[in-house]
Amino acid sequence: MGSNWFAVRQELTPERRKFLAIASFLLPLLVWALVSYVPFIWHPMVKVTSPGDVEYFQVDMLVNKVTFEEETATMQEEGKQLPLGVPSNPIYLPPPHKVVEALYTAFTTPPVQRDGLWLHQSLWQSIQVIFWGFVISSLVGVPLGILAGTYSAVSRLFEPFIEFFRYLPAPAFGALAVAVLGIYDGPKIAIIVIGTFFQQVLIISNTTRKLDYSLLEAAMTLGTSRWKLLRHVVIPGVLPELYRDQRILLGWAWTYLIVAELIGTSSGITWFITQQARYEHFENVYAAILIIGIIGLGTDMVLARLGKRLFPWDKPANKE
Amino acid sequence: MQANTDQISYLTQSEAVKARFDKLKQREVILEVKNLTKVYRGAKGETTALKDVSFKTHRREFVCVIGPSGCGKSTLIRTLAGLESYTSGEVLLDGKPVTGPGRDRGMVFQGYTLFPWLSVKKNVMFGLEMNGMPSEEASREVALWLELVGLEKFANAYPHELSGGMKQRVAIARALVNQPRILLMDEPFGALDAQTRCKMQTHLLEIWRNIDITILFITHDLDEAILLADRILVLKAHPGEVQELIEVSVPRPRSPDQLFTPEFIATKARLEELIHPPAEPVDEDAVSVPSRMIRFVNVADNVE
Repeated sequence: MGSNWFAVRQELTPERRKFLAIASFLLPLLVWALVSYVPFIWHPMVKVTSPGDVEYFQVDMLVNKVTFEEETATMQEEGKQLPLGVPSNPIYLPPPHKVVEALYTAFTTPPVQRDGLWLHQSLWQSIQVIFWGFVISSLVGVPLGILAGTYSAVSRLFEPFIEFFRYLPAPAFGALAVAVLGIYDGPKIAIIVIGTFFQQVLIISNTTRKLDYSLLEAAMTLGTSRWKLLRHVVIPGVLPELYRDQRILLGWAWTYLIVAELIGTSSGITWFITQQARYEHFENVYAAILIIGIIGLGTDMVLARLGKRLFPWDKPANKE
Repeated sequence: MQANTDQISYLTQSEAVKARFDKLKQREVILEVKNLTKVYRGAKGETTALKDVSFKTHRREFVCVIGPSGCGKSTLIRTLAGLESYTSGEVLLDGKPVTGPGRDRGMVFQGYTLFPWLSVKKNVMFGLEMNGMPSEEASREVALWLELVGLEKFANAYPHELSGGMKQRVAIARALVNQPRILLMDEPFGALDAQTRCKMQTHLLEIWRNIDITILFITHDLDEAILLADRILVLKAHPGEVQELIEVSVPRPRSPDQLFTPEFIATKARLEELIHPPAEPVDEDAVSVPSRMIRFVNVADNVE
C-alpha cells in the first residue's frame, strides 16, 4: 500500500514529496523549453537570415510565416534571389536561457535614463510599499477581526459594512487616493490597505470564531473573568491560525502591488517592467515577474519556518 | 449461603456500609439542588430538559449521575458549573446561589479541553494565575499537584504530546489546584479505552481519598458508577427527572475485584431495571432482525 502514488488522502514518502515539488516547477519549465527550442512546435514567425531580393527584409527581422512564404513565392515567380530565414517565436516569448541571463544582467545593467533607478532600487521601493500597506492594514484589521470574532456586538456592528465594502475593487479608489494623498507612495500604500484590510477583518474574525468554545468554558470554570478571556484564551488560542491567515493575506497584498504602483507616478518594479516592455526587452520583463514570485515564495517559506519556531504546540504547522 | 447471596437486595447494607452512610449524611451539605427546571425554547416549541431535579451532596461524597441518553445529565452538570442558565429552582453551593462559572466548582470535560499553547505545568497553573496568585507561589503549588497525578516528569510537555489518560490527569490537576468545593466531571473517561479507563477510575478514587473534595461524576457506564459512587442519582429521559437516588451498598475501599460481589450485582440489576425498563414497548434504536433472512452464501457453506 505504501508504494501507491494515488492512495486517497494518504501522505507520500518524503523522497516522493520532494520529487513532486521539484517536478511541479520543472513541468511548466519543460513546456516553455519545448515551445522555445523545438522549431516545429508553434514558432509562427520567421527570423530573416538573408533578405534575398525582398526589398523591405533585413537581417534579424521577424516576419509572419505567411508573409515570408508569400514573398518567397513571388521571388520564385520573378526568378529573383530567395530570402532565407529560420522559424522563430514572437518577441514577447523569449526562450528560458535569455530570461535566466536577464535575471543576472537586469541587476548589472545601468538604468536607461540618467535619473532612472537600478532594478534593486525599484524592488526596494516595491517592498516598502507592500510592507507599509500590510502593516497599516494589520494594525487595525487584526485587532478588529479578533474583537469581531469574540464579541457578537462588534461583529454585528462592523461586518455588514465590511462585507459590502470588500466587493468594491481597490483600484477603483486610485484617482481618489491620488487626490487625497498626492502622487508618491501615499496612494499606492492606500490601495494595498484597501485591498487587504476588508478581507483581513472577515478572515480573522472567522478564524477567531473557530476557536473551540469549550476552551473558553474550561477557562471560565477555572475562575477566568470575562475580560481576561480575551487576552489569556482567545488570543493565544488563535495565534497559529492567525499567523497562517496573515501569510495568505500577505500574498494577496502582492497581487495589488502592480495596480497600486501604476497610480500617480509609476514606481517600483512596475515602473521597471513598463520601461523594459517599452524597449521590447521582454526577457527583462519576465525576469522581473519571476523576481516577484521568488520574493513572494521566499518570504512565505521563511515565515512558515518561523511559524514552526514560534508555535511549537501547533500540530498542522509541524506536519508541513 | 449461596442462595442467600443471590437474592440480596440492592437496599441491603452491611453494618459497616450503613455506619459510613450515617456518618456521611452528618457532614455538611456542599451542593443543594432544589426543584431545578430547565426549559429550552426552540423553533419547535418548548422542550423540558430538566424537571424538578432535587438532591443534596455532602462534603467528601462521591455522587454519580447516570441515565439514558437525552436525560439531561450533561445539561445538569453544565448548569451546576454555571455554564448554562436554568428556568426555575435553585442551585446552592455552601448555601449560596450559583450565578455563573466560578473557581469554587472545578470541571473536567470529556474532551480534555487543555490549552494547547501551554505546557502541562502552565495548564495547571492557569487557574491560580487567573486568580491573582504570584507565579512563584503558583509554581510551587503546581509541582505538588502534578506529583499527585503522577505527571511531574511531563511538566514541560505540551498537551498534544500526551496520551488521553495523561491529558485527563492534567485536566483533573488543573481543576483541583484551585481547591474547589466540588469537582464536576462530565463523562471524563468516556473517550478512553477500557484499560486506561480502569486505571483512571482507581486513580480518581485514590485522589478522592486523599484530599477534601466532593465529586459529582456523570457517566453512562453502570459498572463505573457503582465502582466509584457513594450514591447514584438515576435520571429518566423526556423530561429529565430524578428517578431514584441509590445508596451503593458495595463496601469501601473499592476495587475492580468487587465487580462480581452480590452487592455489586444487585445494584447493577437495579440500575439496569431503571435505565432499560423491561416493559418498554419499542426501543427506537434497536434494529429488528427479520426472522427469515435472504441467504447470500452457498447452501453447503455453513458456519454453525
